[in-house]
Amino acid sequence: MPGSVALVATTTLSMHARALHSLVVKKVVMAITGLLLIGFLLMHMFGNLKVFIGPEAYNHYAEWLKQDILYPILPHGWFIWIFRAVIAVSLVLHIYCATKLWQASLRGRGAHDNKKYTKVRRPQQTIAAKVMRWGGLTLLLLLIFHILMFTTQTITFGNFKAGATPYDMFTASFEHWYVWAIYVLFMAAVSLHVRHGFYSAFTTLGANVGPQARVFLNGLAYFAAALIFVGFMLPPTAVLFGLGVS
Amino acid sequence: MAASDKAVPAGEQASSYWKAGVDIADAKAPAGPIEKKWQTRQFEAKLVNPANRRKLTVLIVGTGLAGGAAAATLGEAGYNVHTFCYQDSPRRAHSIAAQGGINAAKNYRNDNDSVYRLFYDTVKGGDYRARETNVYRLAEVSAKIIDQCVAQGVPFAREYGGLLDNRSFGGVQVQRTFYARGQTGQQLLIGAYQALERQVEAGTVHMHTRHEMVELIIVDGRARGIVTRNMVTGAVEPWLGDAVVLATGGYGNVFFLSTNAVGCNNTAAWRAHRKGAYFGNPCYTQIHPTCIPVHGETQSKLTLMSESLRNDGRIWVPKKAEDCAKDPRQIPEEDRDYYLERIYPAFGNLVPRDIASRQAKNMCDEGRGVGPAVAEKGPDGQIRHVRRGVYLDFAEVIGRLGKATVASRYGNLFDMYAQITGENPYETPMRIYPAVHYTMGGLWVDYDLMSSIPGLYVTGEANFSDHGANRLGASALMQGLSDGYFVLPNTVNDYLAAGPFSKIGPDTPAVAEAVDAAKGRIAKLLTIQGQRSVDSIHKELGQIMWEYCGMERTEQGLITAIGKIRALREEFWSNVKVTGKNDDFNQALERAGRLADFIDLGELMCVDALHRRESCGGHFRAESQTEDGEALRHDDEFCYVAAWEFGGDGGQPILHKEPLRYESIELKQRSYK
Amino acid sequence: MKITLRIWRQADREAVGGLQTYQLDNVSEDMSFLELLDMLNEQLTAQDLEPVAFDNDCREGICGMCGVVVNGAPHGRYDSSVPTTTCQLHMRSFQDGAVIDVEPWKAGPFPIIKDLVVDRSAFDHIIQAGGYISVNTGAAPEAHSTPAPKRQADRAFDNATCVGCGACVAACPNGSAMLFTAAKVTHLAMLPQGQPERMRRIKAMVAAHDEAGFGGCTNIGECASVCPKQIPLASIGQLNRDLIASLFKGDGK
Repeated sequence: MPGSVALVATTTLSMHARALHSLVVKKVVMAITGLLLIGFLLMHMFGNLKVFIGPEAYNHYAEWLKQDILYPILPHGWFIWIFRAVIAVSLVLHIYCATKLWQASLRGRGAHDNKKYTKVRRPQQTIAAKVMRWGGLTLLLLLIFHILMFTTQTITFGNFKAGATPYDMFTASFEHWYVWAIYVLFMAAVSLHVRHGFYSAFTTLGANVGPQARVFLNGLAYFAAALIFVGFMLPPTAVLFGLGVS
Repeated sequence: MAASDKAVPAGEQASSYWKAGVDIADAKAPAGPIEKKWQTRQFEAKLVNPANRRKLTVLIVGTGLAGGAAAATLGEAGYNVHTFCYQDSPRRAHSIAAQGGINAAKNYRNDNDSVYRLFYDTVKGGDYRARETNVYRLAEVSAKIIDQCVAQGVPFAREYGGLLDNRSFGGVQVQRTFYARGQTGQQLLIGAYQALERQVEAGTVHMHTRHEMVELIIVDGRARGIVTRNMVTGAVEPWLGDAVVLATGGYGNVFFLSTNAVGCNNTAAWRAHRKGAYFGNPCYTQIHPTCIPVHGETQSKLTLMSESLRNDGRIWVPKKAEDCAKDPRQIPEEDRDYYLERIYPAFGNLVPRDIASRQAKNMCDEGRGVGPAVAEKGPDGQIRHVRRGVYLDFAEVIGRLGKATVASRYGNLFDMYAQITGENPYETPMRIYPAVHYTMGGLWVDYDLMSSIPGLYVTGEANFSDHGANRLGASALMQGLSDGYFVLPNTVNDYLAAGPFSKIGPDTPAVAEAVDAAKGRIAKLLTIQGQRSVDSIHKELGQIMWEYCGMERTEQGLITAIGKIRALREEFWSNVKVTGKNDDFNQALERAGRLADFIDLGELMCVDALHRRESCGGHFRAESQTEDGEALRHDDEFCYVAAWEFGGDGGQPILHKEPLRYESIELKQRSYK
Repeated sequence: MKITLRIWRQADREAVGGLQTYQLDNVSEDMSFLELLDMLNEQLTAQDLEPVAFDNDCREGICGMCGVVVNGAPHGRYDSSVPTTTCQLHMRSFQDGAVIDVEPWKAGPFPIIKDLVVDRSAFDHIIQAGGYISVNTGAAPEAHSTPAPKRQADRAFDNATCVGCGACVAACPNGSAMLFTAAKVTHLAMLPQGQPERMRRIKAMVAAHDEAGFGGCTNIGECASVCPKQIPLASIGQLNRDLIASLFKGDGK
């Protein structure tokens, strides 16, 4: 029973420690890590768009990313690992807190007691908010697929040899409509997640100070979600339809 | 006419309904000038050493302003407090519904207010039927209530300078009313609730929600405990302690329809009354003229709207009964009867509450009421359909000042009206009708708020209170908090100083008897299995009370009412149908128990109204009025508190008079000409 | 009007509940929703059937005792044109012949006692944790010794109007009581008298909220949408800001 756990918590932890373990703090962690991840996405998207300038610019960017950022403050190739570590830790924390909050929600709405409304109307809940958790899981699976495809190159599509340039790899992959379709799904999931996540992160951090702020934050979230979808889908779409990238 | 005119003597039959008892010589206020009495009492009261307080248990029934505040305060002092309410949380008590405000003699407005003026206004407002000493104390501690509430975080209305705002209320000429929009009761109650929950957390107060008191336990002449029914499990169990406090509110629901919450009841007080606590002035009820009228037979309660509406609204009914079903906008000006303006040209629509209420009833009795015709049982026992409502029209003021100005004054009230009735008061006149709103009577208490049973204290609306025969606006909240925060916590120690009292337990004969009696009564209610639902009998009781013991009372009417109530009691105990069982959440059973006590109380109210052959405050005897139809007191004969002792089932109640001595205020007859 | 009610009946906390259908004729559109239930109960009593248990008290929208989910929304919010409590929902909001689903609040920390009645004592526990200002009776300074700026005092009032009905929890897809908690936090945080305990209070109340078994807020806004007293969603923002700030203070360590 959840009650017994709670009793232990109240008697052994200080009030400060209990507040530190609260759901609000977990939400704050999710908000901060989520915003970091959105920042990463925007950077990634910006890099992807270099594909329109040409193979050289794109390959150089990829190389710079892996080798030269912050050189000579850091030795060659270090930054990318620090960067990956930060992203990975953010992701792990984000997922950990999401899991805890998901559990709390199930308990909160009485899912363990089979409490379920026969009929329920929730007009405030956007589709984005509704699919946040299952969408997040989908996102995670697609992310793993994405890493296996482009980072470790475990899964490959099309004709390119090992050691091909990133540009070749990119164009070869997206010539296939099904790869493109998978990425449409991927980006749709990302955008929906960002749509609610972006707004929710700022709200959790206390930025929702009134109805107007709420409208503004929601507008910003729509903008960020649309930007990410369009920005990420432009290069693959151009490849698929042979529009200036090949 | 003067107040000293003799009252019409009682008929022979009337005086057979009660027995005379000995007068109450002294309410135990200390001697000395009135402004020193409370200080003297506090000094003379015996004290309880802080270290001994946790050994003393105080049981408090009710968690409204009077009960919640007392529980919190006694908890802070270190007593072992157990507190009980029938709701699911102490925050629900009906104090929460008070709208207007709370009076305090702060004189923040520099308009000649003082403790003495508040005292004077309250005694005068109560039509000189309140006990001077208590009222003075009430006025004295009023200022401290505001300090306490502000410190607790009650968000009173403020001005831009950050200081508290005041307004004048209920026709008083000084601005001494503190308010929190139209929800002052709610905010004060939440303040008391928070203080109470703080003590629950501290472990000094033990809160028992969904527990209804069904019996009082008296051991060796002292109130030592209560029996409750757990409303979830049905368990009937005793709670024992050293003193019992009843803060259980008023009994307006004896009328079935009132502005009280539907759960408000008089069972705790009535159980105490049956065990020896005197019931003071039960016939004093306050009827509020501006409530939303009854819509039909299924009406379950009435909703009050602020009296301020009468400042700008004009009250009228059609001149001709055949116009009553028409759309009021189609009735031409010459066919309207602005009856208050006609009868009382000087005061017009602003006549006092009781007059406005009584005239509305008269118009409807004449068949000139408006709104839906609702079935009711007439004096002849026949069902008839009567329109119970009069128009309160804002067309004139909207035409004069514009809709925007009217909306700024009354917008929230108009919205509330629209939500309940579905009519737009900007377009069609409002319909209003009087409703029972507050009961000034209650268990008799002395200066210490102790009832006639040692160790049984009564606070707030539940006691016969400081309001005499009529309560002023914004005084109920003041009295509840005064009793709860400041008076009781400074008087109960005088009694508890002799404790802890003899050790008792569930096996003590008096305790076991009380539990058995409560169980027996519940079992009886469940075994009748007659034909009538509890509510149908309650509605019938309400109709009897409203008809004969409402706004206007007559000797013959009251005698009729007593006969009808007795017959209804028979009907109840032989033909009520209570579904379900005891060991369950059973709302029909809860209501049946409350109704049984309301029936008995209703009879006592009629007896009290019958014996008081004068009109005063909320009690209007048709036989005692001036030529202009105003209430006429008879101070020579009735300047006393009627404290009724239970005369046994089927016996006559015994009347004990507590003479009222006016030493600081001169008795006057009120006039609205 | 003719109305068909489908009401959640559940004998006790452990029992398995389900919807039961009842027909009511001669319903007046002026009746409140609770009077409709009264009418049904009179009918059931006449048939020797057990009446439907439902919580109610003041019936004027201020005590917070009543509350059922009507057609999928607490207090029938989306049948009514204005925010309302169940007792102030009137039958004129429904069409003749309507089928109305009535269910209790369903949330983990609100066990069902019977039919439509739930146990909301978890709310009291949150208040007990710190939803007060510690001032013993008699210890208060003169009321005017600390002026309170009007704007903040008004905001305190807006939040203090919470009636503790639990609609926010019932509407929340996460079963969170953040709006309830935030209303009390904001009420007291906006007043000068509430400042000394502000940081300790927020920690204690947030911890108590979680320990009572309520879920976390996902900022959707269902709660504020159904709130009969229109407690704004922005109050949760205030709670979040205060909690973050409190983590950098030593209070309650």
